[in-house]
Amino acid sequence: MAEATAAGRVARTRRHRRRHRDRAGYLFILPWVLGFLIFTAGPMIASLVLSFTDYSMIRPPTGVGTANYRELLSDPRVMKSLSNTFVYAAMFVPLGTVVALALALLLHRVGRAAGFFRTAFYLPVMTPAVAAGAMFLLLLNGQQGLVNKVLSFVGIAGPNWTTDPNWLKPSLAIVSLWSLGGAVVIYLAALQGVPRQLHEAAQLDGAGPIRRFFVITLPMISGAVFFTVITHTIAAMQMFDQAYTMFYGPQQKANASDESLVYMVYLFQNAFQYFHMGFASAMAWLLFVIIVVITVVQVKVGNHFVYYEGGEPK
Amino acid sequence: MTSSVQSTPPVEPAPTATSPGSPQPPFAPGAVPADPAARSSSSRSAGLSWRRIPYLVVLTAATVAFIYPLIWLISASLKPKSQVFDNKLWPEVFQWSNYEKVWQVAPVLRWLFNSVLVGVMAATTVCLSSALVAFGFAYFRFRFRGAIFGLVLATMMLPGAVTMIPVYLIWNKLGFVDTQVPLWAGNLFGSAFYIFLLRQFFLGIPRELFEAARVDGCSYLGMFRRIALPLAKPALIIVFVFELQASWSDLMKPLIYLQTEDYFTMPRGLKQIIDAFALSGEYHWEIALAATVIATVPMILVFAFAQRYILDGIATSAYKG
Repeated sequence: MAEATAAGRVARTRRHRRRHRDRAGYLFILPWVLGFLIFTAGPMIASLVLSFTDYSMIRPPTGVGTANYRELLSDPRVMKSLSNTFVYAAMFVPLGTVVALALALLLHRVGRAAGFFRTAFYLPVMTPAVAAGAMFLLLLNGQQGLVNKVLSFVGIAGPNWTTDPNWLKPSLAIVSLWSLGGAVVIYLAALQGVPRQLHEAAQLDGAGPIRRFFVITLPMISGAVFFTVITHTIAAMQMFDQAYTMFYGPQQKANASDESLVYMVYLFQNAFQYFHMGFASAMAWLLFVIIVVITVVQVKVGNHFVYYEGGEPK
Repeated sequence: MTSSVQSTPPVEPAPTATSPGSPQPPFAPGAVPADPAARSSSSRSAGLSWRRIPYLVVLTAATVAFIYPLIWLISASLKPKSQVFDNKLWPEVFQWSNYEKVWQVAPVLRWLFNSVLVGVMAATTVCLSSALVAFGFAYFRFRFRGAIFGLVLATMMLPGAVTMIPVYLIWNKLGFVDTQVPLWAGNLFGSAFYIFLLRQFFLGIPRELFEAARVDGCSYLGMFRRIALPLAKPALIIVFVFELQASWSDLMKPLIYLQTEDYFTMPRGLKQIIDAFALSGEYHWEIALAATVIATVPMILVFAFAQRYILDGIATSAYKG
């Protein structure tokens, strides 16, 4: 009897202490919860509501039903900016992955010297996007730019990268490729985590370097590749800084071409230059849905190929 | 999971310093490159180094492609207007006055100061708030912990555009439009990616350390301040530098929130200089390029000082699961 109450008391104090601890846990995560409610959940609902209204900040929003969403489909610039963004992403993401992977593979081969090159490849990442945009406007200049000068050495007549409507998106992709050092660093770390004895075993079995790359290296680092492809795609869909720096602003009438109009630039213009906030909200939700769909597809496809050490991740 | 990817493969017993569970696995500087690779490559290097020459040649070419634009930029920013496009590495004439000119035509010093202020505020607040929240998720067991943490991760996929307009309306209502407050104050509530990073780090701290402090009568906040925070210093440096860089680079928020020239951050001001001097008027690119150098150099300096933290932090962030 006495033992039972003692045990009960212990259990009770333990439960009490447990509850006390729980409450403290909530206090620690409180900042995030507040921020989530004020700056994420609330605004998400508000933006969804706004997307069914006409709102320019002067008068209160007026409901317009699904008009904004119908306008999304009928506004040619929405479709144009969407396709521009896809084209840019389709150039940058695969190319960026292959180039970064190639550089990381080379770095992995040179041992100690890798540190120096790794630093060199990462410096452009530190360069602010506006600075990179300004710099590449000159480097890619059709007549006098350094890029075309180098191309002419090997007998290629370079295009007018920054003015020819057909070359604006490749230009943007080049600027982004210049700062892919982050992916190189990630891949190099992944490569260094591939156990050597796997390669040695395969070598004993007579597998050549190319076969070893596809059978061992690539599966072993597929998690890192998968991660960068997803994050690069999400970032590419929201590309803004370089495009805005290079082709928009007060001088934009000079290049009236819509070929460099990426989705976020058009959304930004609608929201904060034309103050079509309802329409811009609808654009934002369309982008959200597109990003979710792309990411889900990538995860589904990725799960067939990605090798996870120690089984599936949570 | 982090440590399982990075720790030494099972050829040799892993040195205890990097084994999972020790306080610093994810971020300890230098822990990222797996030892065997480095060791075996150095043992190979003696006899077979000539084999690496083709690799080194290609890598050097790539390095030139990555670094030369920056060198070109510095060189061009010192040239007279007529020679900006001559693509010579060494300017024929050093026109240092380009930099004086920038100082005269725009409040560049002011913008630099603003960028430093906003960057330090953004980085400091995000470090403290994210660490607090991360510690909450790492140490305590409470109802819905898993679900709430899942929600934290889910917010990383949300494009900023979805919340951009209502958040602007909130700051507008509070009277903070055309001040720098909206550029950093959101960070008071933590940021999902950093919360994740720091939680991983805190999970690596042995629980016994906290239990011992508990027995000694340490409060939860005391545990956070005296044990968790000091041990997490390498991770906090990473978060600080990442956020500083993100804030320094950001163009969109300053475009949305700042109208008064004196409040501009460096990228916002740089964009204005490019528009006014290089893309219109008399095309004074040499002035715009001097401003570009001024906007870039501080981040290069940050990189010079925090390089290993940044590079190891990037390498680690990929293994976030």
